[in-house]
Amino acid sequence: MINKLFDSPEAALADIADGATVMIGGFGTAGLPNELIDALIARGARDLTIVNNNAGNGDTGLAALLAAKRVRKIICSFPRQADSHHFDALYRAGQIELELVPQGNLAERIRAAGAGIGGFFTPTGYGTELAKGKETRQINGRMYVLEAPIHADFALIKAERGDRWGNLTYRMTARNFGPIMAMAAKVAVATVHEVVELGSLDPEAVVTPGLFVQRVVKVARLATSAGGFKEAA
Amino acid sequence: MNMKKWTREQMAQRVARDIHDGAIVNLGIGLPTLVANHIPADREVILHSENGVIGMGPAPAQGAEDYDLINAGKQPVTLLPGGAFFHHADSFAMMRGGHLDICVLGAFQVSASGDLANWHTGAPDAIPAVGGAMDLAIGAKKTFVMMEHTTKGGQSKIVPACSYPLTGIGCVSRIYTDLAVIDITPEGLKLIDKVDGLSFDDLQRVTGAPLMN
Repeated sequence: MINKLFDSPEAALADIADGATVMIGGFGTAGLPNELIDALIARGARDLTIVNNNAGNGDTGLAALLAAKRVRKIICSFPRQADSHHFDALYRAGQIELELVPQGNLAERIRAAGAGIGGFFTPTGYGTELAKGKETRQINGRMYVLEAPIHADFALIKAERGDRWGNLTYRMTARNFGPIMAMAAKVAVATVHEVVELGSLDPEAVVTPGLFVQRVVKVARLATSAGGFKEAA
Repeated sequence: MNMKKWTREQMAQRVARDIHDGAIVNLGIGLPTLVANHIPADREVILHSENGVIGMGPAPAQGAEDYDLINAGKQPVTLLPGGAFFHHADSFAMMRGGHLDICVLGAFQVSASGDLANWHTGAPDAIPAVGGAMDLAIGAKKTFVMMEHTTKGGQSKIVPACSYPLTGIGCVSRIYTDLAVIDITPEGLKLIDKVDGLSFDDLQRVTGAPLMN
């Protein structure tokens, strides 16, 4: 029988090793799998390469992982935020390596890894500092830059509902990088707010088919100060 | 001279006037966000946001915020009937693939040939952050820029060549400033509109590249 359900975030991340490349879903805090990041901090793995759109907000989640000095390198599109003080301090002190990638190239490089693509030509970034040293090519009169896929050992993502096969649905813009990161990692770990019986997710509405997901953990829904979240049924 | 600069709201109104019924539009963070408030009620315009939503509505009522439903500026928004969610690779395929009609971006500088600089000052102590700026700039069918005509120090933000790091090459179609609306054409900068009471010569004096009337 296939059963991808794990009892706790800690159990789901017990084998992340030092030096691993870990993708973390989320755009700002929407879709950020906080429980998995806490478990990653507790696990103690060091020298990590992290792939996320941002570089942490405030003092929790990804920011806490950075503050704990577990991250050697971050690959992201938008590190600088009003509340990115942990990243800012590490970066200014030369204690973290930054690979800055235009957001669409970041998404497509992740998707390419999951889709088995060896590289792709994109017009984004052509002629800019972020394409320096990269191969370029003229195709049908337009200039393109060769970009490489980004593979990961683990992807930590936040979904809404899941079943024991790993089929997932998401909630609104919390979806963001989740589906493509799940494809690009050897081990994709998803939190869900609701575990449902096999067959009860509408097959027409499954966003991430279970073959892209190796582990599923149920976590409680957190109410925000705005009251936008409700406790999962 | 009784010239009066356009306010930020008037600039937004001027941009909104050029957004056609049925347009699919991405509004950048900051000044461009104001455009949403001025789209004429008789035009159906679909707003796209890079973080995976199309058909964005206005900000929610206080207390009704849901932080799973945010815009590129990470502020809570709402979804209109007909709206949809999608993942990041699809969202940027919409841009890069030429499926957006118009994007409106802020800028540090725009060159006479439509090069855009809006992501990095290049200052040695600045932490660089690019987000979706480069994808947006080159992806939409039309890229509009909204910015003050000059810096606080009075330097033209329209320049012969950008001195700040580039976001994209030759990607800007039209510039909206607090003084004028200017098209980037193969022949050069063409004046489309300007504030009342400002002569062409006075406008040219504060513009860092030649204008055509």
